[in-house]
Amino acid sequence: MQPQEVQPIQLLAPDGTLAENEVYSPYIAALSAEELRELYRHMAVERRLDAEATSLQRQGQLALWAPAQGQEAAQVGTIAALKPTDMVFPTYREHAMALYRGISPEQLLTMFRATRHTGWDPREHNFQVYTLVLAAQTLHAAGWAMGINQDLRMGSIPRDRAEDEIVVACIGDGATSQGDVHESMVFASSYELPMLYFIQNNHWAISVPTRTQSRGPLVNRAQGYGFEGVRVDGNDVLASYAVATRLSGEIRAGKGPKLIESVTYRMGAHTTADDPTKYRSSQELELWEGRDPIRRYRSWLSSTGDADESFFEQVDADAKDLASDMRKSVLALEPIDLERVFDTVYSEPHRQVEAEKAWLKDYEAGFAEETNATEAGTTR
Amino acid sequence: MSAIKEMPMAKAITAALRDELAADQKTLLIGEDIGALGGVFRVTDGLQAEFGTHRVIDSPLAESGIIGACIGMAMRGYRPVAEIQFDGFVFPAFNQITTQLAKMHNRTDGKIKVPVTIRIPYGGHIGSVEHHSESPEALFAHTAGLRIVAPSNPQDAYWMTRQAIVSDDPVIILEPKRRYWLKGRVDMENPAPDAFRAQVLREGTDATIATYGPLVPVALAAAEAARADQRSIEVIDIRSISPLDDETIARSAAKTQRLVVAHEAPTFGGMGGEIAARVAERAHPRLLAPVLRVGGFHMPYPPSSQEHRYLPDIDRMLEAVERSFSYQRGV
Repeated sequence: MQPQEVQPIQLLAPDGTLAENEVYSPYIAALSAEELRELYRHMAVERRLDAEATSLQRQGQLALWAPAQGQEAAQVGTIAALKPTDMVFPTYREHAMALYRGISPEQLLTMFRATRHTGWDPREHNFQVYTLVLAAQTLHAAGWAMGINQDLRMGSIPRDRAEDEIVVACIGDGATSQGDVHESMVFASSYELPMLYFIQNNHWAISVPTRTQSRGPLVNRAQGYGFEGVRVDGNDVLASYAVATRLSGEIRAGKGPKLIESVTYRMGAHTTADDPTKYRSSQELELWEGRDPIRRYRSWLSSTGDADESFFEQVDADAKDLASDMRKSVLALEPIDLERVFDTVYSEPHRQVEAEKAWLKDYEAGFAEETNATEAGTTR
Repeated sequence: MSAIKEMPMAKAITAALRDELAADQKTLLIGEDIGALGGVFRVTDGLQAEFGTHRVIDSPLAESGIIGACIGMAMRGYRPVAEIQFDGFVFPAFNQITTQLAKMHNRTDGKIKVPVTIRIPYGGHIGSVEHHSESPEALFAHTAGLRIVAPSNPQDAYWMTRQAIVSDDPVIILEPKRRYWLKGRVDMENPAPDAFRAQVLREGTDATIATYGPLVPVALAAAEAARADQRSIEVIDIRSISPLDDETIARSAAKTQRLVVAHEAPTFGGMGGEIAARVAERAHPRLLAPVLRVGGFHMPYPPSSQEHRYLPDIDRMLEAVERSFSYQRGV
């Protein structure tokens, strides 16, 4: 049987022309000129930050970087459709979403500079920490969503308007092969959890193409679990926004989980550790360059008169400033102290951890005494 | 109504779960078949009827899902208590336990607490089929961030369960399933000692047997049998595997000068080796013999028709004690 193709929802064509869509166009029509410009700003800033981070890694200033270039529209369109109270469980490539939620560039890069495992407080931004174990976070998202339902039933709502909260579980196309995704979707469906699965199908799981994860479109998986899925052109920020707005609205209305397969493309490497020229063709890359999300949106936005050349110049200048500030702040990041790592293994005292911490202190103090003795010796 | 009751260990755990569910509405139970059925060992019997389907949650048949969802609920402020049906079925959740649950507090620099309790009926001697009789404690003990306890009697089972649930750290409770029907007194008002400390159960002068969970009654019986041979054996219930109360064990070993460590898990790479090394470091000059281990063999848990030869019993413990006496110090 041949896999069935599903046309993604697209409003904005690669040439920047906007199509009418009975269901989705009204969501775009409701956006103000300022909101439309903000979508552009967020995408442009992320791309600049991404380029700067890639270069920092090449210069040995970051241990690793996972570029998101090409996925700006998928991420910005989706997160713009959410409320600040919605909890996001990201992978390790949701840079545009993180920045949108107010996480600073240096907080974002902390893990990649290996000074700490994480750089931000998830509660401040309703944005969980990055996860490197694929798909593990989809179950945490299900648990969080169970907590929302529990809060509603018990009337013990820890924040305002829990009935407005939904949970977004981000995954890549590669991670859809992980068993935890299946278990998470079973939980979400069976307990009717307020969850949005946001799959960014960027076509490559490091060097392995999506067809090795799934012969059919990933969006079709939702059906198997008994909930709705929508395939969207992830390089179209307007369609991404419209689809996420409609689905998140339905989730808020108590209609259970939904799924988005956002068809996009990772322009760069999986991480700075791999070389995409070894596994994908230059023709493929050219094809997707032609579908660039930022260029497409810029072309449309200028045509509407909502943004003029000076706006784009200002955004470029701001992004450049941000990148240069980021370079300084990232280089200044202080590594976590190993004592602090000992202190957070457990919440409560644990005698083996305490004993090892004390041993290290004594051991290192021994060197200090030796050094002092040597110095004393030379001055004698 | 008296605060001291006689009950089997399984019922003591039920009582502990009930009391914590009543004490804090953020406490939830989740697991396979724990609702209407009351769990395959009936430990959660009646709790769903009492607290509702949303506090005592029948989960899909998905161990990774159970633990992963517990992590998410705990992040949101709940205190989920997961039941894993049998020891051998914890491994589908191994990734969530070791890479996520154990590390979440640390990797978030202490910003996120995950007070998840995982109850695992563990160990052999129930005549079951494969994957129903295993002792995975060393695999979890090796992972920093987890606490692991194993009660051996109803009093400990009641209080350790309560202490595990209120702990802000993830705690794995290894419930010795062959002792579920062991009766004992439970004092519901006066807590058992700190769940994370060892306890000297029987004083002795000639040698120490240290063990935990299902083998504690075996060690006590071995000590009693040794009395006939004029051997005075001290018995320690280790109780907490992580943190390990090596101080209490070493103090006893220094006193009796001979130590045998026993567990059902295979000796190779097991907790016995860790305890032997730690006690040797603390008490070496006082020991008259190396610390000896009694445990399972380096094989998958055998078909239960052979488990009587695989599992340590009184004779295997006494053999180790006698072997300890056979050592001569540097002549």
